[in-house]
Amino acid sequence: MVRIEQDILGKNNAYANSNREHFQQHGILALNLVSSPGSGKTSLLTATIERLQGRYPVSVIEGDQQTSNDAERIRATGAPAVQVNTGKGCHLDAHMVGHAVQHLKLEERGLLLIENVGNLVCPSAFDLGEAHKVVILSVTEGEDKPLKYPDMFHASDLMILNKIDLLPYVDFDVERCIEYARRINPRLEVLQVSARTGEGMDSWLNWLQTAMGPESAAPVDDVEALRRRVAELEAALQEARQGR
Amino acid sequence: MHEMSLAEGILRIIEDQAAERGFDRVLRVRVEVGRLAGVEVAALRFSFDAVMNNSVAESAVLEIIDTPGQGWCLDCGTSVEISALYDACPLCGGYRVQATGGMDMRVLDLEVDTVDPQPSGSGRPAR
Repeated sequence: MVRIEQDILGKNNAYANSNREHFQQHGILALNLVSSPGSGKTSLLTATIERLQGRYPVSVIEGDQQTSNDAERIRATGAPAVQVNTGKGCHLDAHMVGHAVQHLKLEERGLLLIENVGNLVCPSAFDLGEAHKVVILSVTEGEDKPLKYPDMFHASDLMILNKIDLLPYVDFDVERCIEYARRINPRLEVLQVSARTGEGMDSWLNWLQTAMGPESAAPVDDVEALRRRVAELEAALQEARQGR
Repeated sequence: MHEMSLAEGILRIIEDQAAERGFDRVLRVRVEVGRLAGVEVAALRFSFDAVMNNSVAESAVLEIIDTPGQGWCLDCGTSVEISALYDACPLCGGYRVQATGGMDMRVLDLEVDTVDPQPSGSGRPAR
């Protein structure tokens, strides 16, 4: 009998951790954008990049089974983009992202948007080294998608309800959708956006700003920063004790 | 979901172990799959057979140990058993349940066989 006790996705997770370290060292916020095909991810990305021009450097990794159409749409905005074709694969994995990052010259304090393959199932299990998964759901889909595809909503920190300009024309119950999504993930944040009309884009940009951290902050060595913080807290505790 | 990739992950683990420990054949693979791991067991079995073909685990039996799903109900402040991510708390019926366990998928152990190097020898289980 050979004892193993190894995570089946252990290899992927090791690559993801090394990506995450790389992003942290360079102060890069990496987001993994997941959704079903046709939710408007690429339109949301191009609208986001246009609004962020002059604020942060943005780079994009585009995952699709085939074609480089999406990377071309992103490059048209001026942002560097790398297309990863997964062939028969249904998701990006951390190794593919690590390779793609080598082709992108990521700038310090930048934003890296990883557009995963349009698929509400498989990408949920694969950590790419991102800070957050962001699930995008459009109002032309069913409001019960969170219940039908729970893993993705469970793995995400933010849900963007996109195409809200179409709400008058579709039978989509926003409140119910949010309630379903929070059944799966009580911590889930929700933003309502239309990439087309720009409605709600400010709240999304604010969310990004908060996730990026203060603009003035330089990339920090995490361990060093934590040590300093621990020292500060210990000093404060000492003071409080002496004051008693 | 992506059971083919999972089966490939299992094969990679087995092949790494075979290279390290020098066994020739795997008789049984025990895999723990949490009920909230999002794995379709029938699809994993199907993919397992396809992926193990022509490998040291070609004729291995896949044994799946199913572990229950666990959640923390934010309203009750208690750990509860759930069988799906969208389950309500069995105590209060509320949905503010955060999944805390049963999301793992791990290869637990392998039963392996090392072929006797002597020409007259047949397989001998290495326990």
